[in-house]
Amino acid sequence: MELNIVRYILIFPLLGFLVNGFIGSKLGNKAVGWIASITVLLSLSISVYVFIQLLSMPPDARLITDTVYTWINSGSLTIDFKLMVDPLTAVMLLVVTGVGFLIHIYSIGYMHGDKSYSRFFAYLNLFMFSMLLLVLSSNIVLMFVGWEGVGLCSYLLIGFWYEKDSAANAGKKAFITNRIGDYGFLLGLFLLASAFVSKGIFTLDFNTMAAHISLISPQVLTIVGILLFVGATGKSAQLPLYVWLPDAMEGPTPVSALIHAATMVTAGVYMIARMNFLYVLAPTALEVVAVVGGLTALYAATIGLVQNDIKRVLAYSTISQLGYMFMAVGVGAFSAGIFHLMTHAFFKALLFLGAGSVIHALSGEQDMRKMGGLKNKIPVTFAVFLAAALAISGIPGLSGFFSKDSILAAAYASGHTVIWLLGFITALLTAFYIFRLIYMTFYGESRVDKHAAEHIHESPKVMTIPLIILAVLSVIGGYVGVPQLLGNIVGWHNSDLFVNFLAPVFHTMPEHEMSVSTDSWLMIGSITMAFLGVFFAWYVYLKEKMQPAKHAAESFAGLYRLLLNKYYVDELYNAIVIKPLMWISEFFLWKIFDVWVVDGTVNGSAHVTQWASTKLRKIQAGDFQVYVMLFLIGAISVLAYFVLR
Amino acid sequence: MSYQLLVVLSFVLFVIGMIGVAMRRNIIIVLISLELMLNAVNILFVAASKYLHTMDGQIFVIMVITIAAAETAIALALVVKIFKTVGMVKIDDMKKLKW
Repeated sequence: MELNIVRYILIFPLLGFLVNGFIGSKLGNKAVGWIASITVLLSLSISVYVFIQLLSMPPDARLITDTVYTWINSGSLTIDFKLMVDPLTAVMLLVVTGVGFLIHIYSIGYMHGDKSYSRFFAYLNLFMFSMLLLVLSSNIVLMFVGWEGVGLCSYLLIGFWYEKDSAANAGKKAFITNRIGDYGFLLGLFLLASAFVSKGIFTLDFNTMAAHISLISPQVLTIVGILLFVGATGKSAQLPLYVWLPDAMEGPTPVSALIHAATMVTAGVYMIARMNFLYVLAPTALEVVAVVGGLTALYAATIGLVQNDIKRVLAYSTISQLGYMFMAVGVGAFSAGIFHLMTHAFFKALLFLGAGSVIHALSGEQDMRKMGGLKNKIPVTFAVFLAAALAISGIPGLSGFFSKDSILAAAYASGHTVIWLLGFITALLTAFYIFRLIYMTFYGESRVDKHAAEHIHESPKVMTIPLIILAVLSVIGGYVGVPQLLGNIVGWHNSDLFVNFLAPVFHTMPEHEMSVSTDSWLMIGSITMAFLGVFFAWYVYLKEKMQPAKHAAESFAGLYRLLLNKYYVDELYNAIVIKPLMWISEFFLWKIFDVWVVDGTVNGSAHVTQWASTKLRKIQAGDFQVYVMLFLIGAISVLAYFVLR
Repeated sequence: MSYQLLVVLSFVLFVIGMIGVAMRRNIIIVLISLELMLNAVNILFVAASKYLHTMDGQIFVIMVITIAAAETAIALALVVKIFKTVGMVKIDDMKKLKW
């Protein structure tokens, strides 16, 4: 069905960006904040409308398109600026605009008093535009435009406080790391395009590609799949390109919540889910995705265990959770990955915004060693934070439980036992580090600086209301995808609404049947892990007042230092990539190529001209009769040339 | 009268004028030589006009005479001015037009 209203989902945030970007500083802060939020609210409303339209269609024909214009018409290759809403896009639309809107509202309070208020909201609107373009585009080239757009906004917003060196550097790091990934993505895109064109398919539309994918040889598909995944490791912070995400915490907290937790970093998962028709025919590529996802999940969780900066714990947690999502799509459980993407967007956005609220209350303190005992001082923040923590730990009944369980079940069912084990251990670590954070921040004795302690205050309503809404979503968000196993207990058939809704989009792998008892044991296992994690955190950080943690740090000093320094990966990259590059740049590109070749050419042409003129100007002696003679000789030569030719 | 003779006359006059412009030191003489060159061309124009049975050449002659008059007027005015400033009209003493 063609529905022209879809384009307005994009137009409103773009309009907000233009208004706030060009005349925002003249409008006053109040107007800027509300313009930005209302444009996103309008997008959200249209998304809801489109979603309802989609639901009213028969399940197999759920597709709404909107062709804006023909964008590229080069030879026989035609690429339209065409938007598309199918169930997968609809889920992403609702998550992006919904969470995005709440974070816009929150930012009105959080950014209060910042001197670049309008710039912040302009960037945020531009981000919404790019992200929505990414999810709405109906072909991979247009998607790449959105993909690059969100990368740009991420760079701009990480470096938002550019006066701080660390923020400016973090922005650069994020951008450059993303570029490395995007290089792989582009190569994959070119390979895919040339493969299709050589088979006589002159468009890169997702649906057309899906229909003709079998024309292309599996080897090419595998290479394309891996190259596209390289792009995803950059954007979604997976091994080995995850290094930018922890540093991205230098940006304002709402940015960390919106871009570096809820939406942008999930673009890679979305991309793989969108390209599922390709990945199901490239099992090797999918295997790579699953292994990288599983390793990243465990790896990042171990680092998260020992970090002391509240936002860094959450950053590593995000990387770890993204690993879960890749694990899910890697074992072919695309709906489970997208389901976790959605629930993660709720509870991780909430965790970041809650952390922002804590930081706000403590006048900018981010070190958890200088927190503690905040439970009663900021009760609303504590309550919502606890809800999010329970959700991410996978405590039964909350959203995280359903999505994480479906991922682990899918991993086990598809026969990837090792990957399942990685996820299983990560579940324990997740519960542990998130409750370590809770106990260090909200319980125990206050370790807050005297100066900051005087100013502890709950955040204003404009910040707490979005928190409460997100908390509600974190709690109930999982009930759209109740596993059939649990649905059967209460007699609810087809309880897995989410999977059923997305099913038409995904070209599923062969089904793996799993006996009910195995499924139950898996579920009991992951519940046990979640509770164990919480219990350990309680024992170590509350009952024994961190003494066991200190003992462990002393007796395993080497391991502790390794984790605290994030496995020295930054140092490693510095030594093997950055230093040699800097050296080549300085001693070859700058001091040889630039000085001798580039400057040499420019200065050389100037020197030649100057030298030639000093010789030539000798002729111009000011003697009239010499000029006449030269003129005559010239005239005679020209004449002679034409006569004697 | 043969046209060839007229062309030769024109050429001779032109060369005389040319040598005068290139060789003589006195500005007045240089200007006279220049007039000579112009009139050599005029003769050629008239001869060609007669030979080709068109009036174009003669029209050009009128043009040339007009412009020559204007040019001579300006040139003589400049010569007077130069004489008043520098005190002489020798062309090789005026090398101020140099880099």
